[in-house]
Formats: sequence, structure tokens, C-alpha cells
Amino acid sequence: MDVAEIDDPIMLSALQHYSYCPRQCALIHIEQAFDENVHTMRGNAVHERVDEPGLGSFEGVRTEYALPVWSEKLGLIGKCDVVEFYPDGRIYPVEYKHGKKRAKAHDDIQLAAQAICLEEMTGKAVMHGAIYHHSSRRRREVAITTSLRQQVEETVKAVRALLASGKLPPPVNDARCKECSLKEICQPEALTNKARQRKMHVELFELDQ
Amino acid sequence: MYQILNTLYVMTPNSYVHLENNTLRIDVEREKKLQVPLHHLGTVVCFGNVMISPAIMHRCADEGINFVLLDGNGRFKARLESAVSGNILLRQAQYRKAVDVQFTLAIAKAVIAGKLRNCRQVLLRGAREAADVSDQQGLSETAKSLANSIRNLSVASDLDSVRGIEGDAAKNYFSALPYLVRRDIRPFFTMNGRSRRPPRDRFNALLSFLYSMLMNDCRSAIESVGLDPQLGFLHSVRPGRAALALDLMEEFRSILADRLALTLINRGQVTERDLQEREGGAVYLEDSARKIVVTAYQERKQEEITHPLLDSKVPFGLLPQLQARFLSRTIRGEMDDYIPFLVR
Repeated sequence: MDVAEIDDPIMLSALQHYSYCPRQCALIHIEQAFDENVHTMRGNAVHERVDEPGLGSFEGVRTEYALPVWSEKLGLIGKCDVVEFYPDGRIYPVEYKHGKKRAKAHDDIQLAAQAICLEEMTGKAVMHGAIYHHSSRRRREVAITTSLRQQVEETVKAVRALLASGKLPPPVNDARCKECSLKEICQPEALTNKARQRKMHVELFELDQ
Repeated sequence: MYQILNTLYVMTPNSYVHLENNTLRIDVEREKKLQVPLHHLGTVVCFGNVMISPAIMHRCADEGINFVLLDGNGRFKARLESAVSGNILLRQAQYRKAVDVQFTLAIAKAVIAGKLRNCRQVLLRGAREAADVSDQQGLSETAKSLANSIRNLSVASDLDSVRGIEGDAAKNYFSALPYLVRRDIRPFFTMNGRSRRPPRDRFNALLSFLYSMLMNDCRSAIESVGLDPQLGFLHSVRPGRAALALDLMEEFRSILADRLALTLINRGQVTERDLQEREGGAVYLEDSARKIVVTAYQERKQEEITHPLLDSKVPFGLLPQLQARFLSRTIRGEMDDYIPFLVR
């Protein structure tokens, strides 16, 4: 067997991180520079969502929280926030997100990856899922299309290549950074401003007198 | 959003530190003295004979709260480390760079330039504020000599010359520090150069105590970014020595410790009675002084200052973290040069 085939499975969250920002993915999954805040926020969010009323109250719908999922085929492993099992056999993953209802490609990719895992585990097709936006308390239904499935496979390949390289992609320093919880670890402005760094280094040994 | 978590210093002998629900609770003589929610804590530092329950140690390990044991005089004894794997790729890079002569020299020069520049600022500021002409002169002359040292530093071609320049400059700097002490109390806080292990005058005792707290913060910062604290660039490897934490600490000594010591002395918050000379000449802080110094240090860490590279205001207490991060970026090749933190 080729060594490359027995790589460690990739975390589902890594796909979402990568499609948001490759550097964010590298900081978390290569540098393991976990921001305490992220941890704490995640923990709090899980508790909040478990306490959320109305979930699982549909007749006959069984709801699983924090369900472990995986795909041997793609080499994925992770957890679904919520998976609803309907009496008619439908399986419906729901991913919880902070913030308002808004379509985000990286959330969709994460959801599609969950759907692919659930299909492989249960042998049943998973055609739809939803992103639940905590701030606006709205669900946004996402169709697990062929093109979305393709994007998942491409992202898996890209993440695997990134992890194998062990390298940090440079900071993007764009609108994404504003919402990124790893901003203080990443320091996009300071790191991209090479001219300022050079100037400060030269001035380090120069004195005005 | 920069958040700086609190460091809890447990200094009362025979305190019992234990877990109660999601809080850290301290009892003395079976009486509750303090209760803090765990999520407010970044570090717990215990001085001397403090009892600690296994449950609180487990919880701190789980939550990534640093747990540090110091002896009664503030010297580092041990730390509770959890299974954080850190960043092995960063450590690999650190090990490679540590044998790269050019890289090591560049870091050593930057670190010492940062130290001397910040020392010089302390003297210059003192000179501006000095009422006495001879004090003023002493301070500006030493500031000038430090400026020369910094210029020499830029052309130093090996580690030994960097260490030589640093040694001479430090000697000059410490000889000028007494000019910054209020004239009427100067006799009680005379200082004949830097002495440690043990400190042999009140000023040195105060400095040693502050340096040990600063050292802890630098070591935590180094570890939290995933670097190996024992492998330094300027400071050489010696078993049990956190050489990289010492490297990082250089730029902060004058601004976080020396200046604070001077403030405490000049404001009369620490008086000669707070520091007792033992038979033979070693000087240590009394319990009363320790509490004052620790509180002042904590308050200092909350004060904000502009970070020139980030161009934003950050608390003093976060500086070791930020600079450790920049150090790791330099080691990983994301930044060309390490740029120490400079006060203006």
C-alpha cells in the first residue's frame, strides 16, 4: 500500500477552515495555534444549542447531537452538531453557526462533507441539510448538489496537500480577517507590511543624536 | 479584542487551593479567603508552602491554565504542564535555526538592541525629570554610552562580542540607576551594581523579585506559542535554564521591572523596612512588600501602551505573548528580522 493512502483522516472542520482561508486552516491544523477564545466559544455554543427549545420536538423525528461521523473513502472524520432522522427515512444534518443568516460557501462545503459521511455510514442518500444561524435563529436549507460534492473532494485534496507541506500560506489580509477569531495569532497587517518591518529593523540600531 | 487573563498569586503560607464547582477556591485555616471563576484565570502562581488539591490541578491542566510553583523567595520551582503538543514544526525550525550562526547572531543583536534602547529610554526620561544637575549629567552621560553600545552592536560580528557589549552596557546602566532614586531615600536604596543569588542590597532584592515574575510571564508566552523555552539564541543552553525565555525577557526588563521598582521606591510604597538584610548581607523582601510588589506588577500589566509594529494599543501584560509570536514568525521565516518592542 502506498504510504500516502494511509494518511491521518482530515477533520471536517479543516475543510471549512480551508475554504474560508488556507492560512487559518494551517494555523489550526498544522501550527496547532489554537486560540483559547475559539475553544471557549465552541464549548459555550454547544451548550447553548443543546438548551435551545424546540429541537427534536417534531413528532417522530429523532435528533442526535454531536454525532461522530466519518468517511473512509475521503479520509474524513468529525462531528455533526445535529442530525435529524425522519420517520420517512430522510437524514438531515444541521450545522450551527454564530452570526446572522447568510450564505457562505465554506459552511456549505462543511455541510456537504457531513452529508457524504452520513451517506457512507448509513448507505442512504442525504440530499439536503441546513445551516442554523444562531443570531437570527433561522435555518438556511442547502441542497447537497453534485457540484458541492465535487468541491468537497477538491477541498479534501487541497487540505491534504497543505498538511503534507507543513507550510503556512501567507496572510490574506482582506475582509475575511475582520471576522477571523485567529486574527491576533495571525497578525495579518503586521506580517504583510514588509516595508514597515524593514524600516523598523534598520532604525533599531540608529539613534537620533 | 485583546484579552489578558489574570494571574492569581497565592502568597499566604498554608493556603489551601482547591476546586469548587467551576471556581478556584482558597481557604486559609479552613476559612474561605477567595473564590474566582476559572475562566477568569490564565495563570496560578503559588509561593512557598501552599497546598493544592489534585482536582484543581487536573482542571487547570484541562483548561490550559498555567500552574506554577515558586519558592518563598519567588524562585521558579516547577510548573504543571498539560499534554499540549505544541507546534513540532516550529520547534524543528527553532532547533535548525539555533545552529545557524548568522540567524543566531541576528536574533541576539536584535534582542540586545531592544534591551539597551529601552534601558536608554528609562535613563533619558529620568534625566528630563531630574531636578539635580549632577543627577541629570550622570543620567545623560550613561544614556550616551548606551547609544554608543547600540551602534557598536550593529557591527558586532559574533555572539561573544554581542555578549561583551551587553555586559559593559549593563554595568553602566546599573551604575546610573541610583540617580533615579529620590535623593532623601537614596541612602537606603544604594546599589553597587547588579547582584543576585542572593541579592545584596534592597534595590537588587526588589529587582530580583520582579524579574522572577517577568521571567514566568516570558516563559509562559514562549510555551504558549509552541517554542521550546530551553533553547535560546543569545543565552546558551544549560540544563534547567529557560534560555529562550531569558532572550525574550531582555527587552522588557527595564520597562516592566526596573521602572516599576523605581516607582515603588520613589512613591514610598516600598520602604527600607520592607526589605530586610539577613546576617551576612543577603537581602529579601518581607511578606508585606511582596504583596505590594505583586499588586503593582499586576496593575502595570493592565496599563496600555502603543505597539509600534501592530500600530495599536495593547496592555503591557500582553507584550511577552505578542513578541513571542513575532519571534516564532521570524524562526519560521515569515518575517525577515525579529523586531523587539521599543518604548518611545
